[in-house]
Amino acid sequence: MDLGLEVLFKGRNLIRLLGGLGMALKISLIAVLISIPLGILMGSFMTVKNRVVTLILRFYLEFIRIMPQLVLLFLVFFGTTRAFGLNVSGEAASIFVFALWGTAEMGDLVRGALQGIAAHQYESAYALGMTKAQTYFYIVFPQTVRRLIPLSINLITRMIKTTSLIVMIGVVEVLKVAQQIIEANRTASPNAAFGVYLFVLLMYFAACFPISRLAGYLEKKWR
Amino acid sequence: MTEEILKLEHVSKKFHDLTVLEDLNLSVKRGEVIVVVGTSGCGKSTLLRCINGLEKLQAGRIIFEGENIDYDKNLSRLRQKIGMVFQSYELFPHKTVLENITLAPLVVQKRDKKEVVREAKELLKKMGLEQKADSYPRELSGGQKQRAAIARALCMHPDVLLFDEVTAALDPEMVHEVLEVILNLANQGRTMLIVTHEMQFARAVADRILFLEDGRILEEGSPEEFFEHPKTERAKQFLQKFQYEKRKSLVTT
Repeated sequence: MDLGLEVLFKGRNLIRLLGGLGMALKISLIAVLISIPLGILMGSFMTVKNRVVTLILRFYLEFIRIMPQLVLLFLVFFGTTRAFGLNVSGEAASIFVFALWGTAEMGDLVRGALQGIAAHQYESAYALGMTKAQTYFYIVFPQTVRRLIPLSINLITRMIKTTSLIVMIGVVEVLKVAQQIIEANRTASPNAAFGVYLFVLLMYFAACFPISRLAGYLEKKWR
Repeated sequence: MTEEILKLEHVSKKFHDLTVLEDLNLSVKRGEVIVVVGTSGCGKSTLLRCINGLEKLQAGRIIFEGENIDYDKNLSRLRQKIGMVFQSYELFPHKTVLENITLAPLVVQKRDKKEVVREAKELLKKMGLEQKADSYPRELSGGQKQRAAIARALCMHPDVLLFDEVTAALDPEMVHEVLEVILNLANQGRTMLIVTHEMQFARAVADRILFLEDGRILEEGSPEEFFEHPKTERAKQFLQKFQYEKRKSLVTT
C-alpha cells in the first residue's frame, strides 16, 4: 500500500512544510501579543458601571463571536481592497482579523477573571489595613493573572488551528505548501495527498499539544 | 476594665430606603467581650462592618481609641488595630497559610520579616496548624481555614477583634474547634465583638449580650440576665424560636 509518504522526503518539501507552520505560528503569535494588552483593556472596561461602554463592548464581542472568521478574513482582505482602495497583504489582513477576534475573546476572559474575584477578597484585604493599591497589587491582580494564563494559552491553540483558514486569502501557510507539494507530485506519487495531509495534522498536533498541556498544568497548579 | 476603647454615637446606616442601623449607641471597654445576637437581617453583621469601615455611615460617629474613624483619612491605620474574621474565612487562595498571615504585617506595617514569620509560626502552633504553614487554603478543612484566618487577624496585633458569624459556614463538628480558640482569646483578656448564632457559646464567652432588632439595641445585659430573664417580648420570642429549632433538630437526627 502506498501512503504517499515518500513525497515528504523529496527535495526541500519537509523544510517547506515546516516553513508553512512557521508562518501560521508567526501570525498567531503576533495576533496574541496584540490581543493580550488590548483584551486586558477591554475586559477592564467591561467591568465598569457604565451602561453605554459595556453595551458597546458586549456588542463587539457578540458580533465577532457570531461572525465566521472566514467571512471576516474575506471582508478585510477582499472587501477593503475594493471599497477603500487599500492594498492589504494577506498576512497583514490575517493578523488584523485574528487580533480583532483575540481581543474580543481575551476581553471576555479578563472580564470573567476580574468578576470572579469575590467582594469578600477585597474586604478581607481592606480589613487588614491594606490600601486600595496594595489590595490590587497583592490580592486582585495575582489572582486574575493566575486564572487568565491557562485560559489565554487555550486561546493561542485555538488561534493556531484557525490559521488554517488563511490559505483562502492566499497566505502561504501549512495548507498552501501542502497543496503545492501535492500538485507538483500529482503524476509521480498520486497518493501524496494522504501522506502530506497526515504530516500536516501531526505538525499541528506537535505545535498545539504541548501548549495545551502547559495550560492544563498551570490550571491545576493554580486552581 | 474601665478604659473605653470603642464608642458608637448615634450610628445610622441605610441601604437605599432600608434602614439597617438606627441611632445606635454603644460603649465598649477594653477587655470586654460583647456578643451580638438577633434574627437574621437585624443589622448585627452591618454593625461589625461599620466599625471596620467596610460600610459608610449615614449619621453618627464611631470613636476608636479616642479617634474618630474617618472613611477617607485614617481608615487604613485604624483598621490595622481592628481585626476582623469573616463567615467565609476569605483567606487569599494564591498564598500559603503562612503567607496569608505574614502579608499584611509585612506590606502594611512594614515589620521585620524574620520577626513576623516567627510570630506567624507561633500563632499557627497555638492554633494547632503548625503542619499547615506551607499548605494552600484549598487544602484545609473549614475549621482549619477559620483558625488560620483568626491567626491572620491576630498577627496584626489588633486591639479589638470582630467575629462575624465565624462558625456559620462550618460543619457542626468543626464549630467546636473554632469556638474553643475564641474562648481562649477571651480568657486572655482580648476585647471582642462577636456575632453568632451559637447561643450556648454566647452565654459562655460574653461579658455582655446585645440583642438587636430592626437596627436598634432592644436589650442589653449580662448573659444570665438575657438568657434567664429576657425583659422584652421580642427577646423571649427569639430565644424560644431557638429552643424550638433545637428540639426540631433533635427529632430529625
